[in-house]
Amino acid sequence: MKFAVVQFGGSNCDRDVQYVISEVCGVDCDLVWYKDGLKEDYDAIVLPGGFSYGDYLRAGAIAARTGVMDAVVRHAQAGGLVLGICNGAQIGAESGMVPGIFTINASPTFICKPVCLRVEENTSPFTRLFKKGEVVRIPIAHKEGRYVASPEELARLNAEERVAFRFCDEQGEVTPAVNPNGAAENITGVLGGPARNVLCMMPHPERASEEVLGSADGKKVFLGMIKSIEERE
Amino acid sequence: MKFTAKVTIGLKEGMLDPEARAIQHALANIGFATEGLSTARVFTITLEAEDRAAAEAQVEQMCERLLANPVIHRYEVEVLA
Repeated sequence: MKFAVVQFGGSNCDRDVQYVISEVCGVDCDLVWYKDGLKEDYDAIVLPGGFSYGDYLRAGAIAARTGVMDAVVRHAQAGGLVLGICNGAQIGAESGMVPGIFTINASPTFICKPVCLRVEENTSPFTRLFKKGEVVRIPIAHKEGRYVASPEELARLNAEERVAFRFCDEQGEVTPAVNPNGAAENITGVLGGPARNVLCMMPHPERASEEVLGSADGKKVFLGMIKSIEERE
Repeated sequence: MKFTAKVTIGLKEGMLDPEARAIQHALANIGFATEGLSTARVFTITLEAEDRAAAEAQVEQMCERLLANPVIHRYEVEVLA
């Protein structure tokens, strides 16, 4: 089993994700510079956080149009796992792997803090180790993370159980007061792909993968992916 | 022939514009009351094309494929002489 973390100019969470996958979870993980392309057949691809191309134009817009993303999209369409975290989520949305866009926060400031998320479904490869309705603690760090989608897309996401996480309070209540960036329906994790094999999420699971960091809830996202790949093999 | 196009990209009607709101507050703080304010980005693009229509079509493609995101944006293309 092998994971790849794609590095773009401006990625800055690439090594953190690789560390969690290889050192914390014990799975081989390559760092792949976007210009080198995906030369191997990876089991899972992670688009890490950062500021690809300085967030010029729109966060993720330029990275989404690079050649390596054609390969990532093909991997996703074939049922391969893709996890986009923060800037990676923006790149994933700009690539059309999930509907909608992650745009400027309702209050246009950078927010970096631990938040509570409610797990909305637990049947995807990324969420299978959580309980449905469970409240987890995973930090956010972004200025452009407000999820926006058309009313039709939101209805479809809900109907198809493609919402993975919503911002909530410690009791799991989803209210406007605990929505840090103004995201539509508090949504901050969206599933895409033919078999819900793509997850684009703004919170950083790699920053919550060891108890020493204050939470290990995020580790379950990676362990869920690993379990799904093991079952497939 | 060489053409210059002006592309204006703004938010669709009804989309929240946090930057505009912050600027409006800043204007109010220095004594200017405004009833509305919106932001847009302007790109000036020079390109080679067979004719004006071809230039316009190319720039529209640029908007569709990269410059705008149809989820939140609208755009206008004006080909200057």
